[in-house]
Amino acid sequence: MNLHVSSRDIGERTLDIVSGMKSLEGPLLPILHEIQAEFGYVPQECLPIIARELNLSRAEVHGVVTFYHDYRDHPTGRHVLKLCRAEACQSMGGDQLAERVKSLLGIDFHQTTLDGAVTLEPVYCLGLCSAAPAAMLDGEVHGRLDADAVKDLVAEVRA
Amino acid sequence: MTVRIFVPKDAAALALGAERVAKALSSEVEARGIDATIVRNGSRGLHWLEPMIEVETAQGRIAYGPVKASDVASLLDAGLATGRDHALCLGKTEELPFLKSQTRLTFARCGIVDPLSLADYRAHEGLKGLERAVTLAPADIVAHVTESGLRGRGGAGFPTGIKWKTVLDTPGARKYIVCNADEGDSGTFADRMIMEGDPFVLIEGMAIAGIATGATKGFVYIRSEYPHAIATMTQAVEIAHKAGVVGTSVLGSAHAFDIEIRTGAGAYVCGEETALLNSLEGKRGIVRAKPPLPAHKGLFDCPTVINNVISLASVPIIMDKGPVYYKDFGMGRSRGTIPIQIAGNARHRGLYEAAFGLTLGQIVDDIGGGTASGRPVKAVQVGGPLGAYFPRALFDTAFDYEAFAAKDGLIGHAGIVVFDDTADMLKQARFAMEFCAIESCGKCTPCRIGSTRGVEVADKIAQGIEPEKNRELLADLCNTMKFGSLCALGGFTPYPVTSAMNHFPDDFRPVPLVEAAE
Repeated sequence: MNLHVSSRDIGERTLDIVSGMKSLEGPLLPILHEIQAEFGYVPQECLPIIARELNLSRAEVHGVVTFYHDYRDHPTGRHVLKLCRAEACQSMGGDQLAERVKSLLGIDFHQTTLDGAVTLEPVYCLGLCSAAPAAMLDGEVHGRLDADAVKDLVAEVRA
Repeated sequence: MTVRIFVPKDAAALALGAERVAKALSSEVEARGIDATIVRNGSRGLHWLEPMIEVETAQGRIAYGPVKASDVASLLDAGLATGRDHALCLGKTEELPFLKSQTRLTFARCGIVDPLSLADYRAHEGLKGLERAVTLAPADIVAHVTESGLRGRGGAGFPTGIKWKTVLDTPGARKYIVCNADEGDSGTFADRMIMEGDPFVLIEGMAIAGIATGATKGFVYIRSEYPHAIATMTQAVEIAHKAGVVGTSVLGSAHAFDIEIRTGAGAYVCGEETALLNSLEGKRGIVRAKPPLPAHKGLFDCPTVINNVISLASVPIIMDKGPVYYKDFGMGRSRGTIPIQIAGNARHRGLYEAAFGLTLGQIVDDIGGGTASGRPVKAVQVGGPLGAYFPRALFDTAFDYEAFAAKDGLIGHAGIVVFDDTADMLKQARFAMEFCAIESCGKCTPCRIGSTRGVEVADKIAQGIEPEKNRELLADLCNTMKFGSLCALGGFTPYPVTSAMNHFPDDFRPVPLVEAAE
């Protein structure tokens, strides 16, 4: 991730992705997922290409991209740490844990550390409510977190 | 003989270190030359004991847990491969009280089978429902489901059979089955568990729904927060397709039915059925006004059955054992079983499937074992972020759609989050409003604006600013949201707020801040 790709490359790769998927029924979300998987975010340059290929207005595509929490308009850090903020995790001290993670990293939610190591994001339920408090680091799940465990997670992303 | 050792691959088990356990076990078994295969099963649902590993013996399966990777060597030293005793040995899995007292119909195979083995699925009564369905007329299948009394397990509790009948009776060149696997409610994980632990039962249920209504295409819309479920379901659909369980000829019959897995994009409101349909179509997840009902004009304006994962996964056993068998469980108008998810600050956290009718107190105190922290239970939130907070005084409420509605609550997707006495209910009420503000689709004013105003009013109460006036204002705002919102997000957000206010009034009277003396 975080590769330096030129706008021209973005255009070509977007066109490849859209061409491969536009025969799906309701292809826009799958296309956006694929674009985010490819670039780590949804670059602005993709939007007119998607709009043209799917016969949508640019505003419609923009509307969809900005509606969903998952789609980012800028790259993340090398790691993404998602902390569950929902009720089950709250009942097990999730709020205090979130404060601790924020102070360990020196950032707030939706921010990336200055060294580009990690982006911190809130998530509303990972379905790990029986193993609360829970988090997801780059797609790997972690449960029953406590002060020591989050310290280890933070050390891992900083390494 | 090769011994089978089971290490769950359920996300909850993985979150607690199951992958490390599986790796350690695999290398130790190899190093010791033990003739064993490691099966990655789903979870049995005893999450406080995860990672819980099991070994198959002549006497049945023996469980050990919670196992850490560092325990593996000592477990093998003690004779894990033959089910010998160890400090972590829990005895026979089937005899564990938490499991033994359950009625597992929908989750009959979850945690027992290899989730991706169709042979294992068949060996455990799988596909019998679908085999029966292909021999029946669509109207007869619908009649079976209607008679079983099955109601939508996503939370609304609408009779599944009636929904199916509407789609069957609506003419359409193309019809769809949409499975709502956008399980965003905190405290719930039943959909995730079944998709990771027994994906074929959902595929079977969807295929039956397709045959019953004349739909030939199914979508499973899974939230992106569930990457493990997405991976398992995707593989399972491929396997089912190759084996002819779905495809152009379902089990060799004249019925065609295909399934596609789709990933959500982090919007809670897409759990609302019409928002989900818009999302599948590639639009913003905005709620649609009803009518038209999705059964008449759903996905791409075609007649569409949209059901929750558990509703669809409960259909195969109804078709196999008959509607009466299923209907005999339960109470009142809530028939069959419900997978109760015990979460948050509970001692025995996990999934407990039982017939409707247990009291909330039985679930929290007896089955859940009280709090994990050992402190008194203050409140339990039932039914996710839109569900009411129940105090101990209401613990005699029976787990039943109507009984909960009568107490101004809802069972929703049957998730129960336990809070101990350190919980601040004003803070929880504020969070309900905040969550609604974050997740509102923005279409209707009460939800979009009301939730933001709700956060502000809750803050004023917390700060001691005109508390009485603001409590009244909050109650009034809840009333507006409840009756003026387009869907359940705005309409039900008042449940946690008003229940917190009514049952825990002391938390809404914070001690006035004393000005610090200069």
